[in-house]
Amino acid sequence: MSTIELKHHDQSTSSREVSDEEVPYPEGKLIVSRTDTRGKITHCNQSFVDMSGFEENELIGQPHYILRHPDMPAAAFKDLWDTIKAGNKWKGYVKNLRKDGKFYWVYAVVVPNVRNGKVVGYASVRRKPSRTKINECIALYKTMLAEEQS
Amino acid sequence: MKFTMTVSPDFSPDYIAGWYIFNTWLQNQTKQAIHLELYNSFDKQREDIKADKIDLIYANPYDASMLIRDKGFVAIASPYRKTDEAVICVNSESEYTCVEDLKSGCTIATADDPEVSTIGMIMLEPADLSKENVTIEELKNYVMVAKSLIGNKADAGFFLKEAFDDMSKFIKSQIKPIVTSQISVIRHTFLIGPDFVNNSGICEEDFRQLINSMHESEKGASTLKSLGFERWENQDHEEAEFMIDLMDTLVS
Ligand SMILES: Cc1cc2nc3c(=O)[nH]c(=O)nc-3n(C[C@H](O)[C@H](O)[C@H](O)COP(=O)(O)O)c2cc1C
Repeated sequence: MSTIELKHHDQSTSSREVSDEEVPYPEGKLIVSRTDTRGKITHCNQSFVDMSGFEENELIGQPHYILRHPDMPAAAFKDLWDTIKAGNKWKGYVKNLRKDGKFYWVYAVVVPNVRNGKVVGYASVRRKPSRTKINECIALYKTMLAEEQS
Repeated sequence: MKFTMTVSPDFSPDYIAGWYIFNTWLQNQTKQAIHLELYNSFDKQREDIKADKIDLIYANPYDASMLIRDKGFVAIASPYRKTDEAVICVNSESEYTCVEDLKSGCTIATADDPEVSTIGMIMLEPADLSKENVTIEELKNYVMVAKSLIGNKADAGFFLKEAFDDMSKFIKSQIKPIVTSQISVIRHTFLIGPDFVNNSGICEEDFRQLINSMHESEKGASTLKSLGFERWENQDHEEAEFMIDLMDTLVS
């Protein structure tokens, strides 16, 4: 277990514990959350709560970067936000950080929630990713992260 | 004016009579003429929906999107505590114990049910399986899917959980589930179309009240029983919209 400082897009920082222990994705389940248009969590399902290791009341109202893992390159989330802000569906593999410092991989699909022609928020539905795809992403994200830090 | 009601073709044959009983109850309560049209093909039913021939429908979540977003249907209710889940099974004697044991080139038996196939294919993704590298054996119903597994023709089969649960002990002893979905928010929904809302003389709120309090009368309760439902549970517009957003993330 080590402690790291995360810098977020809104200039805030958070200090988090990180370990190299993976928690397996829950079989057959979908992990669901919704945010407002700025990415603050407005709703999440029980699987989301269980996997994150937080209590529901620690999640609602918080920015979604509460799950941000330091191994994730910023470019992945820039692509996510560019895609959904343009009204499109984003899909990708994400390594998430739990409250206890452990991590879990998901395959996420994020869509805008359009009501009466207006985007009122976003929803993300995660499912169990394939190990092959995770391994590809581990390599890819490592390269991306190295580029970002150089 | 005569209205047409229909039911998603994935309904169990055990409840055909139940839908006729429900239609009779509905006509008595609303004093409207409603014709019940049952389809055994999803495509034919969709064609008729597109041609605006349907006014009331017990729809699967897959079609709810088109009905609500393109056709202006309104969500009224879903069966209490019933959600749509899928199960992937294999022959009980097979060596497969989890999805990851299935390999590229395997054969998957399915019944013609787009929703179950969608959820089933998603549960195969962790094994790097997709429509491109499996052979799909499309069969008429779930009993035939089970038989395909028992006869070792297919490696795995997709079932609607409810259909799997209702299978005979004899069949169930010969197949085993390797994964079951627990999505819990995706459900069949009873919807009414714009023609019914505008021309039946019953406002949406009264209709909603009628359906959601159905279990309170003796006649209503026995009608629900013939559909295999305990009671209806209100589905408001936002709940239905959110279910559609969720479905949208599951289709490619
Ligand atoms: C609906 C939705 C779901 C999101 N889910 C996650 C998530 O599970 N994990 C994550 O790290 N970021 C997620 N994000 C992206 C975050 O908003 C944020 O861009 C990312 O964590 C990086 O934040 P930072 O650069 O401020 O640290 C999600 C965004 C949206 C709109």
